[in-house]
This record gives sequence, structure tokens and C-alpha cells, in this order.
Amino acid sequence: MTQVTERPAPPPATGERHRRRFVGRPATWLAWALFAFFFVNLAGVIGVVVVNSFGTRWFTTWLPEGITTKWYGAAWREFGLSQVFLVTVEVSLLVVAISAVVGVPAAYVLARRSFPGKRLVMVLFLLPILVPPITYGIPLATVLYKFHLAGTLAGVVLANLVPSIPFVVLTMTPFIEQIDQKIESAARMSGAGTFAIFTRILAPLLVPGILAALILVLVRTVGMFELTFLTAGPDSQTLVVALYYAVFSAGIRTQQSIDAMAVLYTMSMVVLLVVALRFVNPTQLVTRIKEEGTNP
Amino acid sequence: MAASAQDRRRGALRHRLAERGIDRTLLLLLPGLVFLVALFCYPFLYGLGLSFQPQRGGPFANYVTFFSDPYLRETVWITFKLGVPAALINVLASVPVALRTRHAFPGKRLITTLLVLPITLGTVLTAEGLLGYLGPNGWLNKFLLGIGVLDEPLELVHNYWGVLASLIITGFPFAYLLTLSYLTGIDPSLERAAATLGAGWWKRFRYVTLPLLVPGLAITFCLSFVLAFSVFPSAQLVGDPRGSTHVISIEAYYAAFQRYDYSMGSAIAMVMAVLMLAVVALVLAWRTTFYRGATGGKG
Repeated sequence: MTQVTERPAPPPATGERHRRRFVGRPATWLAWALFAFFFVNLAGVIGVVVVNSFGTRWFTTWLPEGITTKWYGAAWREFGLSQVFLVTVEVSLLVVAISAVVGVPAAYVLARRSFPGKRLVMVLFLLPILVPPITYGIPLATVLYKFHLAGTLAGVVLANLVPSIPFVVLTMTPFIEQIDQKIESAARMSGAGTFAIFTRILAPLLVPGILAALILVLVRTVGMFELTFLTAGPDSQTLVVALYYAVFSAGIRTQQSIDAMAVLYTMSMVVLLVVALRFVNPTQLVTRIKEEGTNP
Repeated sequence: MAASAQDRRRGALRHRLAERGIDRTLLLLLPGLVFLVALFCYPFLYGLGLSFQPQRGGPFANYVTFFSDPYLRETVWITFKLGVPAALINVLASVPVALRTRHAFPGKRLITTLLVLPITLGTVLTAEGLLGYLGPNGWLNKFLLGIGVLDEPLELVHNYWGVLASLIITGFPFAYLLTLSYLTGIDPSLERAAATLGAGWWKRFRYVTLPLLVPGLAITFCLSFVLAFSVFPSAQLVGDPRGSTHVISIEAYYAAFQRYDYSMGSAIAMVMAVLMLAVVALVLAWRTTFYRGATGGKG
């Protein structure tokens, strides 16, 4: 009897660790191979553009003949980038602000209440994320043209709100669900109205979640091509759209100044992304964070 | 007297509604709903209506034209041929990478940031980079010719492969982020329990992690497919927009904004929406046949 129970006893801890690491290798090797493949080619793709934006003339050699920074100045002047950057900032900030004001209360209701037709409302908030922007972008642009809103800053902002509001709602709902409802009940018992509960109880607790959702909306809006492309006029182009037009109506434009502009776009997105990753743990997007208190 | 009875009735009604979850708090939902109805539902239905009012012919003329003209019909097949492999590759590649990076390790933040970096590139930089890097005089062909693997340069741009590469570069970060977040939501003690019972890495992955991960992978596939499905700029820039990468979104855009046939443009947009939702429905239906049960708190 003792023999039977002793036989399957685990080997010494170090041996077990070693064995497990060894058999774990195929997945590890595969992951490293994918890493390497991805990064080498990615570095090539980015490298070509960066090198070209600093190069003088580059035909069939490995590297350009000389190095210059003139293309950046040229791109800035040629494409009127100060105006484009201004529009991009305006559009993104407006979209972020409006989707926060509209989305957070809606997320609160969906997180806290059950009511008839809730599933329908949830589906309505999911649909704009599940269908490609271009499918609703075309009818939306048609409607905006009908109301003379297409081609204006307002039209671009309205179009970008369509995926942004559901995005705020979907990312905020789990954050709100985590907050103990008793805190709200206690505040209500002490005489706080809904508005006071929002501003003095929920808002401070939700700051990390709101910040996360808003930064992601910002990244999405700056990078949103289709909707802005379909609704923007010459004075309301954001950087992505201006960039696309620069390539597509190429002709007289030099390849290098387009590349310089693309590098400028990527630099601003990298800044946004690094800021975003500073505040947002990417794995929180779907998972309900359990270690919020222990892991600040 | 009468007034107080009315008050009481009104109070009773409010009470009954509150029991069903309807009270003034629901008003907070209203702005969001108004926005979505005005900017999503109304345009969508308007577009649907518009698609049945073609410039010529009966109400279904747009749809008949789309499905009878081989050049237009082909766009559906071309879109699927690009979107499905791109979404599959992104999801399948993100699984081992996410498995490797889910635990804390030195440099995790750097590696994660690098993996997510392509989100910042944008279509144009990706396209320009691919044209330069994979082009006949690009670094890749130079290298492969230099080491003697090839005799003549590979043709990788202005065709199917360029667009597929662009879809993978821009789509992989999203697939990776989603897979990683689903994976970190799985309780690690389940795998440890399986290991205690003697399961090797493959059995632990196949019978513990994978079934719990599949619902998340299905959602990831759907969202990756949404991204790949509307490959409009990259199909134009790195592809062959009149031939092998003549995807459906290009045709929708041309119809609406080059030929100003909003009716036809809307019809193609509706076809796209139906196809997209059909794919989502198929994937979700397949998901329920794969595994039913709790997934550790997430759907």
C-alpha cells in the first residue's frame, strides 16, 4: 500500500522544473522564430522609409548617395502640415471629449441596470465595431452631404464618433462593474443625487478607466482612415488622409517628402502609443482586472 | 382629493416601472442612443433604402448588376481570398507569441511595445515601406540575390502578396493584444493542476488552455477579419487595384465617390455588411459547437 502511494510521487523539484522547461521548448522556439521573422521584416519596412526620408538620391544601391534633412522642411511647406496638424488635434480632442461625455454615462447604465431591451441596446452598441467602417461610412457620408455637413470639421467629428462612442461604452462597462455598488448606495443614503454620485464618487474611482478608454479613442481617431477619408473636405483633412492624398495624387511630389511626412505621422503616433501604454495595460481591455488594488 | 389620487396613481406607475428596471437613471443612456440612431442606424437604413432606388432599372437593379457582372462579383472572392488568410495568419501567429509573453519577464514592456508598434505605422508608411523593401531593387531581393537563393528578384509588390503582407503588419498587433488579454484572463492554476496530474505541455495546451481560449480566438478572428475586410488604402497602394487586389471596398468607393452613383455605392456597402455579419455569425456558431461552458468570466 505504501509502495503504491509512493511510486507516483513527484521527482525532486529541480528535476521537474528542468524537465518541464525542456518539453516546453517547441512553443518557445516557434514564438522566437515568429518574433525574429516579424521584427527583421518590420525593421526592413520601416528602415526603407526612414532612410529614404533622409536620403538625397537613391536608386538601386543599398543606401542613398547622401544624407539630408531638407525633405522634412519641404514636406511641411508643400503639404501645409501646420494646418493639417491643427485639424488633426481639433478633431481628435473633440471626438475624445464628446465620446467621454456621452459614452461614460451610457456605460454606467449598461453596467449597473437590467431593463427590458437591454440586449438590443448592447447589440446596437456592438454593431458599429463589428462592421467595417467603410460599410456605414458610405451611407453616412451620403447623409452628411445631404445635410451639408460633409467636408466640414463637424462632419468629420460626427463620423468619427460612430465607432468611438461604442468603444468607450465597451471598454468602460467592465471598469464600472468592478466598483462596489455599496459605495453608491451609501452616498445615496447620505443624500447625494445622481449628479453628485457621478462627479464626487464615481469619477475619481473611474479615472484610470476613463483615461485608458480616452487614450485608446485618441489613438484610433488619429489613425482612422476610412471615415475621415469619406467625410473630409480639403480644409478638414486629418494627417492620415492628407498623407493618402499626397501619395495618390503624387505626380510632381517627391517620394522623399512623402516619406518624410509618413515618418512625421508615425512619430506622433508612437508618442501617443507610448503614452497610452504608460497608462493602459493592454491586457485590461478584455479582462476584468482583478489585481487593481494590489498592482497599481 | 382628486389630485392626490392622481399622484398616487402616478407614484404607483413609477413604482411598477422601477421594479422592471425603468427609472430616470436610464435617461443617461439616451445621449448615446440618440447619437447611434442618428449617425449609425439612420444612415444605414437610408443607405439601404437608397440601394433600392437605382439610377436605372427596377428596385433590385443594383444588386442584379453587382452579381451578374463578373468583374464586380469577383471582388467578393478577392476580398475573402485576402481577408481570411490574413485574419487566420494573424490569429494563429499571435497564439504562440502571446503564450510566450503572458508571464512577467525582464524586458516584457519593451517586447510588448515593439509588437504593438506597427499600429503606429499607418497604411501609407507601411505601403511605402513595403514598396521599397519588397520591391525588385529592395533590400529583401538584394539580400536573397546576394546569398544566391534566387536568380531573379521575387515579384512581391503591386500584387496579392504585397497587400497580404500589409494586412499582416497592420493586423498582427491587434490580434496579439486581444489574444494576450484573453490568455491572461485564464486562471493559471488550471494549467498547474493539469501539470500536477502529469500532463505534458502539448496536453496542457490542447485540453486546458485551448478550449478556454477558443471563444476569445473566435472574437479575435472576427475583429481581425473586420480589419482585413476593408483593405481599401493598402489594396490601392501596394496592390493591383484593377486586377488581383480589386477588393469590394474599392468598388464601393468608386461607385459612390468617383461615379457619384450613391445608390450603387450604398448597394455594395450593404452587400459588404451582409457578408461581414454572415462571417461573424458563422464564426460564433462554430464557437458554440467547439466548447460550451464557463471561460473564466468572459464571453
